[in-house]
Amino acid sequence: MIENAQIASAAPSLSPLPPGLANGLTRGLRSSAGTPRWQPGIPTGCRYAELFAPAGDASGAGLALALARDALRQKAVAQAGAPGEAADHRPFLWVQDKAAMRLSGRPYLPGLPADLRHRLIHVAAASPQDALFALEEGLRCRDLAFVIGELAGNPRALDFTASRRLALAAEKHDVPLWLVRLDARHDLGAARMRWQVACAPSPVPRWNPAAPGPSAWNASLLRAHTFHPGQWTLCDGAAVLTAAPFNQPDASHTAPPDHGGLVQGSGDRSLAAG
Amino acid sequence: MAVWCRDLAIDRWRLAEGCARGEEADAAPLVLVEDTAHGPRILAANTLARAGGASAGMRLADARTLCPALAVRPADPAGDLAFLEKLALWAQRWGPWSALDPPDGLLVDTTGVAHLFGGERTLLADALHLFHGRGLDVRAAIAPTAGAAWALARHGPDAAILPPDADPCQYLGPLPVAALRLDADVILLLRRLGLKRLGDLDGLARENLARRFRNTRSAAANPLLRLDQIFGLRPEPLLPVTDVPAPLVQRRLMEPIRHRSLLDQVVADLAADMARLLEGLGQGARRLELGMWKVDGDVLVRCLEMAAASRDPAHICRLFAARLDDLDAGFGIELIRLRASWTEPLLLAQTDLDAAAERHGTSLAGCIDRIAVRLGGQAIQRAIHHSSHIPERAQRWQPPLADPPPSQEWLAFHYRPLKLLDKPELIAVIYETPDGLPRRFRWRGQVHEIARAEGPERIAPEWWRERSTVRLRDYYRIEDQKGRRYWLYRHGVIGDGRGGIPEWFIHGLFA
Repeated sequence: MIENAQIASAAPSLSPLPPGLANGLTRGLRSSAGTPRWQPGIPTGCRYAELFAPAGDASGAGLALALARDALRQKAVAQAGAPGEAADHRPFLWVQDKAAMRLSGRPYLPGLPADLRHRLIHVAAASPQDALFALEEGLRCRDLAFVIGELAGNPRALDFTASRRLALAAEKHDVPLWLVRLDARHDLGAARMRWQVACAPSPVPRWNPAAPGPSAWNASLLRAHTFHPGQWTLCDGAAVLTAAPFNQPDASHTAPPDHGGLVQGSGDRSLAAG
Repeated sequence: MAVWCRDLAIDRWRLAEGCARGEEADAAPLVLVEDTAHGPRILAANTLARAGGASAGMRLADARTLCPALAVRPADPAGDLAFLEKLALWAQRWGPWSALDPPDGLLVDTTGVAHLFGGERTLLADALHLFHGRGLDVRAAIAPTAGAAWALARHGPDAAILPPDADPCQYLGPLPVAALRLDADVILLLRRLGLKRLGDLDGLARENLARRFRNTRSAAANPLLRLDQIFGLRPEPLLPVTDVPAPLVQRRLMEPIRHRSLLDQVVADLAADMARLLEGLGQGARRLELGMWKVDGDVLVRCLEMAAASRDPAHICRLFAARLDDLDAGFGIELIRLRASWTEPLLLAQTDLDAAAERHGTSLAGCIDRIAVRLGGQAIQRAIHHSSHIPERAQRWQPPLADPPPSQEWLAFHYRPLKLLDKPELIAVIYETPDGLPRRFRWRGQVHEIARAEGPERIAPEWWRERSTVRLRDYYRIEDQKGRRYWLYRHGVIGDGRGGIPEWFIHGLFA
């Protein structure tokens, strides 16, 4: 009730929120103007996101991992003040069905981000039904940091009911799910955020301009519960996920060069402070 | 006390067939054989076969020429060993602990026990009587050390007892050197040296023996060590057999059950009984076996393994429910038995785990169990490092809750893809021959123009593991014009003498 009162005082013209509405959701007149725009590093409250990606590259899985790490980082920042909170070392579950493994391969330990390497638990499901079962069991487990699913195509088992089951389980047990849909149509689903992902030309590395740089993706937010849709070019090169506007004429030349793990923009603080 | 079963394999076969000694199938020459790379070899022969010329260690073909009427049955060494283990447990009636002496002997510690049986002589007579009552042909002997008892049981007089006041060197002197429990080649060596009896060895200077066998540490190859063990000058630790009874609960049913709902009820009851039993022992089950005896005598067995020790009845029931779907009850099931054949210590914990699971979610071990029961244990795994620089060998899979092996840190300047294809896929590439950068490639029917590339990172084959004709790999990290990043390699170089024009493969996908 206190949260509701704060929101109502900030925007008095909004109609009072019905109880039980999701965090960050606004309703009524002029609610469209009150809806925020997504950007990396803000808490979304979204527990179930779908990422539609082509199967011929690893853009879907890469962005899912980047978004999951972004969410983990926000959680760590939010809990930093609380005493007695240790760093989150819970494992995460990566579920793939057979078609997804055949099309895009299995996760490779040396290529994972260093903070996630020792935490991977992989499930190789033979069919989409088994993969959905494993996803739901993973969402019910309190010892998992997050769950990543990879399903190829539009399997009959993944209908709206199955999607809704996943959304409810994720929200009940507060375990985020990032479901990557490889080569899939945009069918009916209960995901709170839906992304369309493709690879983007990467920013030029500083030391070898002829080499590929850190990962970059063209991501468009198709549908979101609490945010405006939009398009971004996301880059996971530095320690954090960064976003640039999408419609750049040639993103590879205007994007900031990669400094190779150096601190960007130290400002007034000392470099030792990070 | 040492016990030697002279014909363990034959006696066990005879007991399994249910025929008395020298009658029915045992009335004809018969051998037990095992299959080897050079054809069947005889492991054991009965009395008639031995009289006909067959003996253990012969090839079956050789024995057949000596004794054409030979009957042949397969041997079962693993079954013999299991039988010997049971026999060792049973033999603990004569002493507090017993040890196996494979392949066909037992050692029982009877120190300070003999007065309970009225002396050593009556104890030995009692043991021989009971072994013969079980249909086993045994010899037994009692001596102060295990080695001396072993020697007397095999090579001494019947029912020998080393007298307490006799000098062991004098008493054991006439025994052959084979009584020292040595390997066959050492016995042959001693015989060639002219040493046939223990007394001959004892007559030699100790230094000479020690110098002759100074290079052998193993007791079975060093006569001096064995001699010291027989006379009790050197300790000889034995590994005792202990019985660990598996926790077991069962239900006999008045009416045979044929329906699934009733079976679920019985399994739930059994799981609750098992939880109570395990709680009393402070143990949790890792493996459970559910045996169901049907009216027609058939037995159905369902096995369950869990990722962590557990005794939660609701969890066990849920896991078994998935395993009981394909059951054929036939005319009904009349006895159900649940046995925990593998248990681990588990401390007491709160009891309402199922209600807790509804509110707080399941534990990681519970989640892994549920997934493994439906998808199979091989489906859920954790990736671990392996020390190899071939990319597909640098990663291995192991069960998710097993401890990861120690490994070195990875070199940070090696760029590795996020995902690796199970099998590298062949691609057609246009590149600067002989070993330049790739320009364009075709994969899955699609042409990729390469905009940026870095390489090669040369990975040589592991010559200590592979054949010399395996080609090296030159890996390139490339990005095409749409920004898709891949990991390609050229398999070999032109003119390396290990094949023709090198082929190109796509191996990994960068994020």
